[in-house]
Amino acid sequence: MTLARISFAYLRKRRSSTLLNVVLLAFAVGAVTLLLLTGSQLEERIRRDAHGIDLVVGAKGSETQLILAAVYALDDPGGSMSWSEAQEIAAHRGVRRAIPLAFGDHYFGFRIVGTSHDYVALHGARLARGRLWGKPLEAVVGADVALRLRPEIGSTFEPVHAVTGASGIAHPEHDYRIVGVLERTGSVLDGLILTGLESYWTLHPAKPRPDEYGLIAEPPADPRTVNALLLQYDVSHVAREVPYVVAAYPHLQAASPAEHSARMHGILAISTDLIRIFAVVLIASAVLSMFIALYGSLSERRYDLAVMRTLGATRERIMGLLLFEGFVLAFAGALLGLALGHALTSVLGLALHQAEQVSVTGMRWHPGEPLIVLATLLLGTITALLPAWRAHEVDIAATLARG
Amino acid sequence: MFQIRDLRHAYDGADVLQIRDWLAEQGEHWLVLGPSGSGKTTLLHILAGILKPSFGDVLVSGQRLTRMKARELDRFRGRHVGIVLQQLHLVDSLTVRDNVAIAQYFSRVERNAGRVNEVLADLGLADRADAFPHELSFGQQQRVAVARAVVNRPTLLLADEPTSNLDDERCAQTLDLLETQAKACRATLVIATHDQRIHSRFGNQYVLPRRQ
Repeated sequence: MTLARISFAYLRKRRSSTLLNVVLLAFAVGAVTLLLLTGSQLEERIRRDAHGIDLVVGAKGSETQLILAAVYALDDPGGSMSWSEAQEIAAHRGVRRAIPLAFGDHYFGFRIVGTSHDYVALHGARLARGRLWGKPLEAVVGADVALRLRPEIGSTFEPVHAVTGASGIAHPEHDYRIVGVLERTGSVLDGLILTGLESYWTLHPAKPRPDEYGLIAEPPADPRTVNALLLQYDVSHVAREVPYVVAAYPHLQAASPAEHSARMHGILAISTDLIRIFAVVLIASAVLSMFIALYGSLSERRYDLAVMRTLGATRERIMGLLLFEGFVLAFAGALLGLALGHALTSVLGLALHQAEQVSVTGMRWHPGEPLIVLATLLLGTITALLPAWRAHEVDIAATLARG
Repeated sequence: MFQIRDLRHAYDGADVLQIRDWLAEQGEHWLVLGPSGSGKTTLLHILAGILKPSFGDVLVSGQRLTRMKARELDRFRGRHVGIVLQQLHLVDSLTVRDNVAIAQYFSRVERNAGRVNEVLADLGLADRADAFPHELSFGQQQRVAVARAVVNRPTLLLADEPTSNLDDERCAQTLDLLETQAKACRATLVIATHDQRIHSRFGNQYVLPRRQ
């Protein structure tokens, strides 16, 4: 016979109330866990994708669109610049590394990006199989692409010209050949198909660019174009000049991912705030329900508790009994909630994976999770404090005399 | 044994109980008689150490209950006093066996499953040990309450109106049960009752007067 056995016997007898409290608490803990897992994973993704990129250069337009397109592969490119302009900027003393990006084609919803081998190095990707691209129309696929399409090395595919959407114009005369598969990086690369810029230039001979009045000017001097340039600064102070250099080109703009990450977080924050409010409401209702259950049980159990006192139980033990019950409910709710949180994150990850190139997984632990358990246990015990104190103060003689 | 001297208990300023002097030797069986409202239950609560009297001294087995601290009193009550309440108040979430075992647990007497089984067998509850109180007849429930009261071999066994609402046959059985169990523990037995049927059965009687 132990205190635990007495508590469990009581919780078992009141199983519907016990279940309700555990489930309510599990919902609350689950929501918090979901918030923690998705929030941390998305933020990590935002940070990792922008890591090592000091400046993004592209055609004038929305800076956010440029960042979303060039860094996160989440938007369409707003325009393009000529390869010679890109090379001029890349040649500046303040630039250590410049990675050109050309988009426009896709295959099965995966973007095909024309770039240099530096892009692979920027994200620290390694080849799982095969080799990097060399000749035009050779392609290397990221881990998610490989997972979905399961391509053989040497197999060919036909790209579709359109960035998003199911329909597009096929390039039947130019098939890509897959020469390599990348290992998983947890970055934007996982969902991309990479190739050389030359492939793009082969498939997309530049058309004359209309000017601001919509009139078609002379054919451009350089028919080769790129959509964006990712710049990594040199350590020297000359790097500070780079944005001004870009500003000198009237149709180009430069955007700093670091400055925009705040905005990216802001977009995330709206959704996380919603879940947070939801979580707080859930926690409040769970705590309230538990309090009502424990406090309400006092009148029902007053004879049980008084009888235990006549059997020699001290006030402290009776108090301990109720605190233990709060603790057990909290413990069960916390464990079930963690499991629920991970399951929900997995489901969300699956849903996001279908829709966007954002990966969230419920199969990873967050270092904050033990803290969630600890906080829940504390909350449960605190909730039981007042009922426990009331039980502590029970007047045995008066209670028994009444019944 | 127990001794009560110059005991007075007041509730809301009015005396509800007054006992000049009462001495009971160890192993004696006593009946406390009195109409309802005469303070029988109050007296039992004072003897059990769950109620402190307003004035006076109570000695049980040589220990002065009125001088004990709350925790000493809990301990004393658990080890030396067995009480069968009028409403039996069995713990409904626990089995018959656990209802008896909690008496060992809360009194911090050494856990002894053998003693629990012995008492249950003695009271004819061996085959109901795993049942829950609500599955038992009233007579069986009463025996569980007695088992719970005697499992720690108390020196003082108290019973509050144990025969009210019982027919004559059951009434006699219940008294037999209490007397047998009290004898087995050599406990002093005090039965508080207003049941006229059992007056003749006990030589030792303490009569509480009717109060206004």
